[in-house]
Amino acid sequence: MNEMVPAHTIGAHVPLVDGPEKVSGRAKYTADLIVPGMLVGRVFRSPYSHAEIIDVDVSAAAKLPGVKAIVTGADCDKGFGVLPIARTEHPLARERVRYCGEPVAAVAAIDDATAKEALRLIKLTVRELPAYHTAQAAMAPDAVELHSHRPKNIERDVFFELGDVAAAFAAADLVREGTYNCPEVCQNQMEMHAAIADYDVERDRITVHASTQVPYYVHLMLSQILGMDMSRIRVIKPHVGGGFGCRTETLNVELIAALLARKVGGCVRMMVSREETFITHRGRPETDIRLKIGMRKDGRITGVECEAIMRGGAHSGYGVVTILYAGSMLYAIYDLHNVKYIGKRVLTNTPPCGAFRGHGTVDVRFAFESLLDDMAQALELDPFAVRRVNLLPSVPTFTDNDLMVNSYGLPECLDWVERESGWKARKGRLPKGKGLGMACSHYISGASKPVNWTGEPHATVKLKLDFDGSIVLLTGAADIGQGSSTVLVQSVAEVLALDLARIRIVTGDSDVVPKDNGSYSSRVTFLVGNAAIDAANNLKAVLIAAAARKLDAKPGEIECLGELYRAGAQDKGLTFNDVVSEALKDTGTITVTGNYSTIPESHGGKRYRGAAIGGTMGYSYSAQVVEVSVDEETGVVTVDKVWVAHDCGKALNRLSVEGQVQGSVWMGMGQAMSEEAAYHDGLMLTANMLDYRVPTIQDSPPIEVGIVESNDPHGPFGAKEAGEGSLAAFLPALTNAIADATGLRFNDLPVTPDRVFAALEKRARKDGVR
Amino acid sequence: MACMTRILQLTLNGRPRSDAITDNVLLLDYLREIIGLTGTKTGCDGGECGACTVLVDDQPRLSCLTLAATVDGRRVDTVESLVVDGRLSAVQRGFHEKLGSQCGYCTPGFIMASAGLLRRNPRPSEDEIRDALGSNICRCTGYVKIIEAVQYAADLHAAGAPP
Repeated sequence: MNEMVPAHTIGAHVPLVDGPEKVSGRAKYTADLIVPGMLVGRVFRSPYSHAEIIDVDVSAAAKLPGVKAIVTGADCDKGFGVLPIARTEHPLARERVRYCGEPVAAVAAIDDATAKEALRLIKLTVRELPAYHTAQAAMAPDAVELHSHRPKNIERDVFFELGDVAAAFAAADLVREGTYNCPEVCQNQMEMHAAIADYDVERDRITVHASTQVPYYVHLMLSQILGMDMSRIRVIKPHVGGGFGCRTETLNVELIAALLARKVGGCVRMMVSREETFITHRGRPETDIRLKIGMRKDGRITGVECEAIMRGGAHSGYGVVTILYAGSMLYAIYDLHNVKYIGKRVLTNTPPCGAFRGHGTVDVRFAFESLLDDMAQALELDPFAVRRVNLLPSVPTFTDNDLMVNSYGLPECLDWVERESGWKARKGRLPKGKGLGMACSHYISGASKPVNWTGEPHATVKLKLDFDGSIVLLTGAADIGQGSSTVLVQSVAEVLALDLARIRIVTGDSDVVPKDNGSYSSRVTFLVGNAAIDAANNLKAVLIAAAARKLDAKPGEIECLGELYRAGAQDKGLTFNDVVSEALKDTGTITVTGNYSTIPESHGGKRYRGAAIGGTMGYSYSAQVVEVSVDEETGVVTVDKVWVAHDCGKALNRLSVEGQVQGSVWMGMGQAMSEEAAYHDGLMLTANMLDYRVPTIQDSPPIEVGIVESNDPHGPFGAKEAGEGSLAAFLPALTNAIADATGLRFNDLPVTPDRVFAALEKRARKDGVR
Repeated sequence: MACMTRILQLTLNGRPRSDAITDNVLLLDYLREIIGLTGTKTGCDGGECGACTVLVDDQPRLSCLTLAATVDGRRVDTVESLVVDGRLSAVQRGFHEKLGSQCGYCTPGFIMASAGLLRRNPRPSEDEIRDALGSNICRCTGYVKIIEAVQYAADLHAAGAPP
């Protein structure tokens, strides 16, 4: 009779819980929320890269019929910024404009045509200043400072040397140095930025719908910018069409919408164009890297010296964190000692950069894995052997910069891609023009300390259980397409052994859900997942106590089978609904809380200023093999296939893990092969999806995913992150494959057909072949 | 300069409609802002991304490059038309179950381009799928699972599900 089987989805292929809305067109994104009578907001932007503002004349625009409000820098003297130490950006420029496209004024009008006409009537008078569009120009001794609090336009200078690098190089059999250039790249998520702000004059309250990854930061920054108490603000995150990091920071879009709404005393929809979305930016900065590695004959690395210079753009944003990650994440993948890092984050007259998938780690990993490949070749070693001889000897361990590593599936990742790609049999034996390359990468599962450190638990989840027997999961964690809502529902269902259909999830409304630190640094599965498990265990304890009371048994005797609670196998037991009815007798509607806090050992070190950046509860690992064909007549490189193995600790949802890994590898491919934000005198030339060349389905290879499960001791069901760690390895695996195919090594990205063709021609001329 | 107004008559998602529109209104804006069918998405400044793809007489069309006035007398289908009796269509089920959709923003465009493909070619090869979806950009999936989704949809369609 009671053949009750506990429901179980962890480790299965689970389609997204919000998938039916997305495929049917019912999912509402910010721009879809059309409120009758709302006004249209548009932004007037600086055509200058660097200038003192003499005057912003909006008088003619204000007289245009249909214009309801205009705001300029004069309407807000407060600064904003993601890092509490660097809140120096204004929603609308004051005194100075620092990049071409910086917002100067904004209009709310009855329709789009009127708003655009009003922009044409705004007159900006300036005194132009010298503009710096490269890091080197901005660092020149006589350069004008963009911000008075940042001498010499250096946002942050990082230096550390752990160990003795000079001695390490002296002890090496081979010391090699390379220079690498990784251009600026943009997230270019499919949904353009949008915000809807609705100000309630009678109550002095504001509601803002924003396409954000961190509603909590939007809440904080709205309070700061509007000078309003946080209790008067409500932030709602509808469906979000991707983010990849650019929506971690609060953007000027939502802040300007709010300033307009308050000024007009109503509702303003701010939609910006694709071009404006590019210029709002927060992408990965152009990075110049000089890397030097010492290696023994057997491939063992003796020491590393790395210098990274980032063109950060006109405002601080996440810059300090990015330049610190680039150094700290040299560690925790291989057994490194004797490492010197010099990092400079530079302020320039270009749109501000930010956190892009693989934050801070990608460009340095490209350089590192490229140089390893180069040195392996020089020492006639197999690239896999070079990685293996440098693996961390054991876990748990702490790196020299105090990063805690508890699980380490990189050895298994290497084995998987080596086997599945047929590396041993095929490497060096492919036909002319074809090549194989490999590389590794890693990433954090959530920064162990949130940006806004308040002393609260790092993650909090609430569960509500009511008379109807349904469980509502309340979380502030922002699902931006990565599938976080699905994983959280699965986690709660797993603990309670219930079908997913019992559980509904509510996210993204600050009136309803608990605060969350947001969807960045791949933190949600690990940190919020653990909080969801905690909440589910707390609810289970309440239900077991109720069942025990009803069955006249001790709680320890109660067996929970999800839809059935019983006291021993002979007991016919109680249905879930019966248990719920009993439990509600004491308290009415039940709400429980689950929390999770990172452990202090994960908080990173103090051995240099900023050493806490890089600390996490768990590192993911990835290894990749890329197979390419190079057409020597045209320089066109085709990626024939990618094999990628990712150590995500435990795949909670195999479908999502595969999708996240494929998406990251592919995004790495875009950066490696075609994507680049290019400028002319500070004007972004590539601010559309034709000139900013995202790979199409025609360009994109099969990507075979191997899931490695190292079962992290702290991870939820053993899980770590899956959505970022595989991006970085693609870049060097590609250039290593091209080197294998052609003998040419490309250290400057993207590797376009032009570059390949030019290099082939140059070699041919040198060899006198043509 | 004021625009001329005209009456647009069409069959939208299977229902005849007449609406007053200005000559210069785009099909995309007609669908989203006038009718309120926001399933069709705006992803770029014009013709770059495919998110706004709809079917006009079964042929995929970028609604952001189409004047609404030009579909007078035509049959226009948006993503909202595909669910029949509350059930997802073959293509929708494919994108849902095979994770062809992550953030979901490009999804309506991909789904309509795929539905158009299956209406004219029920058993497409992988190359034919790539050809049909070559002007749609997705930033999440790397396209691997989109191809699987369309292949799975073709199987469902062959078994009798509407595309």
